[in-house]
Amino acid sequence: MATPDTNLSTDQQLELYRSMLLIREFEQAVLASHEKRLVQGPAHTYIGMEASAVGICSALLDDDYLTSTHRGHGHCIARGLDVKRMLAEIFGRATGYCKGKGGSMHIADVSRGMLGADGIVGGGIPIATGAALGCRVRQSSQVVACFFGEGATNQGSFHEAINLAAIRKLPVVFVCENNHWALSAGFEVTTAVANVADRAAAYSIPGHIVDGNDVLAVHTTAVEAVQRARAGDGPSLIENKTYRWEPHSVFNTKDPRPPDEVAEWKARDPIARFRKVLEEQDALSADQDAAIQKAVAALIEEAVEFATNSPEPEPAEAMADIYA
Amino acid sequence: MREISYSDALREALQEEMSRDSEVLLIGEDIGTYGGAFGVTRGLLDRFGPDRVVETPISEGGFVGMAVGASLLGARPVVEIMFMDFMTLVVDPLVNQAAKLHYVYGEQAACPLVVRTPSGGGRSYGPTHSQVFEAWFAHTPGLKVVAPSTPADAKGLMKAAIRDNNPVLFVEHKMLYPTRGPVPGRGSRPIPIGKARIARRGTDVTIIAWSWLALEAEAAADALAVDGIDAEVIDMRTLSPLDMETVIESVQRTGRLVIADEAPRSGGVSADIGVRVFEQVFDYLDGPIRRVTTPDVPVPASPVLEQAALPNRERIAAAAAELCGAY
Repeated sequence: MATPDTNLSTDQQLELYRSMLLIREFEQAVLASHEKRLVQGPAHTYIGMEASAVGICSALLDDDYLTSTHRGHGHCIARGLDVKRMLAEIFGRATGYCKGKGGSMHIADVSRGMLGADGIVGGGIPIATGAALGCRVRQSSQVVACFFGEGATNQGSFHEAINLAAIRKLPVVFVCENNHWALSAGFEVTTAVANVADRAAAYSIPGHIVDGNDVLAVHTTAVEAVQRARAGDGPSLIENKTYRWEPHSVFNTKDPRPPDEVAEWKARDPIARFRKVLEEQDALSADQDAAIQKAVAALIEEAVEFATNSPEPEPAEAMADIYA
Repeated sequence: MREISYSDALREALQEEMSRDSEVLLIGEDIGTYGGAFGVTRGLLDRFGPDRVVETPISEGGFVGMAVGASLLGARPVVEIMFMDFMTLVVDPLVNQAAKLHYVYGEQAACPLVVRTPSGGGRSYGPTHSQVFEAWFAHTPGLKVVAPSTPADAKGLMKAAIRDNNPVLFVEHKMLYPTRGPVPGRGSRPIPIGKARIARRGTDVTIIAWSWLALEAEAAADALAVDGIDAEVIDMRTLSPLDMETVIESVQRTGRLVIADEAPRSGGVSADIGVRVFEQVFDYLDGPIRRVTTPDVPVPASPVLEQAALPNRERIAAAAAELCGAY
């Protein structure tokens, strides 16, 4: 098989940059809205991890699928979901993607192949595997990207689903976003291997360890794994090593992580790094950067306004749609 | 009409639905060459091939979750869980995933999934292969639970379950597999989910049962008739949603109610039906509601102990007779 073409045009690279910025600004708006009590429930922000979602989703085609996690806003934005309806859902408003029934942890847009975030750690891994089985049943060449955190890899669902996908060579790319911490438990105290990708050997599938804060490295690896899946050669396991900048959720005011470690990872900011790469290629001028930032800020402002002014759901909605 | 077994009726339903709709696929352990632990899927691998009869490793949580994902893309998976006891392993994909999808995602998503599983005691399988967990799943909004007792109902309800756009738990009591009865042939119609069946008309007492105990309740009614008690037997067929209309109408006529449920007594479907009758037609009752259930104990293996624990025709008949003042 030919080597996958991972060369991205300047425009495509600028789109990756814009998408990462949009995720970060969206999450900043979520945090600010939580402070203003516009977000009632929990919300798990993706700040610091933007390169992972954007690098993976940029390797997918429009009719491919993805599944997400409780920390899923970044995946939705990288997939091109509407930030207005996303924020409205997080605010619990009638105009949200789930009419306010899902909240932050359950945003879906099936029309864009986004099969849903999942409030259960590891819950989406078998579902992604099943979507890949669905692609096989309909004899399509579609691929499913399955996001989960390092914590999910200690769940039985991770093992069961990857084994199922491997024995049937299903078209799925398993993407572990290793941000090194569960709520308060560090990776080393919960996990018996040094790298999640090492576990791929147990299923005889390729495992890739990737600098998850390098969007181009993530993209290049994703292209290879997606191509393998699409060709019928089966799943891969990608481990994007990354870090979340904020505590586990907006409800967790104490951060159990060592401040030095947090500072160290902030210095590896995926957005600043990619900006530097673009500048070194002369692909991003100061004026262009300002224009992109301004456009992103306008989208977020519009989203906040839309969500804030959206109606609350009618109480009767609570009784609707129990059965299809 | 020709008579076939409950197992054969299920197989006919699966085969007819798989022929009718290429999105219907079977998923489970040992369902291929072996034909399933109780032989229900025998021959279907040869007929439909390994892409439609998906043999799985022993990983119930994983493959039920996989079936949920496939159903999101429009497939109609019918999953076999070898014993109902193993449903403990699939609670997350069914309760937290399948049952919520349409409610949360609205018109964007449906989960047309069937999970088939053999329940119940009577064959000395012991405490982890004899349980009845219907109430757990009837307790979950978004799931449907059916538990047919006759071969004809098994076929008709299986067809309805496969065509339903919601996740359906299909309970097959293991004592029922060899039982025989008249079953309509090819092209027969689905039987609507959520509709009880009056198995026997009567005027003195209503006996409610389902699954294996529906057969025992009919035998109890035969015995009661010898003593001059005319019992009505309602086979619920579906446990979620409950057909309370049929139950209420019957209790209004008979004024007496016995509920037979093989599950443990506490927190079960029998309690739910009973309290709904109290809520709706308390003033029609001529006496207390009687329940015949397994006491709150696991199901023991020894046949002697098992029979000491499980409800049966004699206990159902005794409860009805006592209620009618015969003892």
